[in-house]
Amino acid sequence: MDTSISFEQAIKRLEEIVKALESGEIELEKALSLFEEGTKLTRICAKKLEKIEKKIEILKKGKDGEDVLELFEGFED
Amino acid sequence: MDIESLISKKKIYTVSEITKEIKLLISDNFYDIWIRGELSNCRTAHSGHIYFTLKDENSVIKAVFFRKFHNELKFELEDGMKVIVHGGLDVYEKRGEYQIIIDYIEPEGIGALQIAFQQLKEKLQKEGLFAVEHKMPIPPFPERIGVVTSPSGAAIRDILNVINRRYRGLHIIIYPTLVQGEGAVDDIVSAIKRANERKEVDVLILARGGGSIEDLWAFNEEKVARAIYQSEIPIISAVGHEIDTTISDLVADLRAPTPSAAAELVVKNKSELAKHFKDLVERMLNRTTSIINQKRELLSHYSEEVLERRIRNIIINKTMVFDDISKSLDNSFESLITNCKNRFKQSVAKLDSLSPLSTLSRGYSIVTKPPEKTPVKSTKLISVGDILITLLTDGEFESRVTKVDKEPRRIKG
Repeated sequence: MDTSISFEQAIKRLEEIVKALESGEIELEKALSLFEEGTKLTRICAKKLEKIEKKIEILKKGKDGEDVLELFEGFED
Repeated sequence: MDIESLISKKKIYTVSEITKEIKLLISDNFYDIWIRGELSNCRTAHSGHIYFTLKDENSVIKAVFFRKFHNELKFELEDGMKVIVHGGLDVYEKRGEYQIIIDYIEPEGIGALQIAFQQLKEKLQKEGLFAVEHKMPIPPFPERIGVVTSPSGAAIRDILNVINRRYRGLHIIIYPTLVQGEGAVDDIVSAIKRANERKEVDVLILARGGGSIEDLWAFNEEKVARAIYQSEIPIISAVGHEIDTTISDLVADLRAPTPSAAAELVVKNKSELAKHFKDLVERMLNRTTSIINQKRELLSHYSEEVLERRIRNIIINKTMVFDDISKSLDNSFESLITNCKNRFKQSVAKLDSLSPLSTLSRGYSIVTKPPEKTPVKSTKLISVGDILITLLTDGEFESRVTKVDKEPRRIKG
């Protein structure tokens, strides 16, 4: 599976899978293969959810005028 | 009265001289005045100076608004507008006209800024900058959030408070800018542009704390509006307090009443999405489990043991039926046989009783005459001296008749 898919795309596909599973008559084989795909997606999404760390940065002008990202220390008074 | 002497005593002005006098008189006495009136005949010359006439029901006065004074003007002058102006009266000698040279003008009733706001709003609305179709959806799961704001302002403080309180993990990048006063407009525009060039955030919050209409004015400027419109990153506008609406709010892809509200919105989206995800996973697990159980249940109806049991049941059933049948058959045979036996016995008994042998056993004997050995039934057949053979139950004997009595026997009684 393409792990570079975005969280939203993964969620969308997961929704489709759940819908298919809840749709009523479904063959066991199809259900199991959907479940397998769903599990892979779940892992990807869970990773993404955990991954976002708290980080606050501010864009400043560096010495040569180019932009540089720095950690935001606090409020300048 | 001598006309000539009268005339010779008065000063004779040239046109210029008298005009100059008038000019001095007027400008000395009216160099700092306020006039209220209605605009008419507004026109802007090539030079950039604006000429118009100020009028009321009975009079008019010409006015000129030089470029250097009206540069700062926030709103457009329109005929019919009621205004208050400040300036000094002057005389334009070449035309012999007096006019007021204006250095300040404001709309009467509503403030200049409000008028400017209305005018820009209408203009941009006509152009379609506020159109709903153009607004981009705010991504529900932004991995990085940009904030265009003052790094020392109340807005960023509020936003960070909300984030710290509500959600562990959000990556925020601040694009610092002035948010009011001189240079704010260009600074804001450049911050938005930088964010778009760097393409490192999924959504931008344009934030500024509360203030007066003058304080928030930068967010009502056309340049800022166009920068927001052109941004390829979705923008949430969170300027001022709830009751303030700025042009930025109208152009942005989403409007939040305050910077805190914008942060809440982003955080809520994210935590709702996380919850939705968990919900989906649970449903998927439950559903798959119940499908598997269903199939297992169906299968259990056909397992070996069940089949065996079923077959056994069938066999037992059939056996029982067989037994029942055979039992009832047995019973009928039995009775049949018993019946027959009985009847046979009866017949035999009957036979027996009819048999001469049983007669014999009862003490009767059978007399026979040789050589036929037929039983003698009558005395007529016997004469004295005949040899007779008598049969008894257990043998026979021979005897000679000595007497014959021809009297029939009668049963006495």
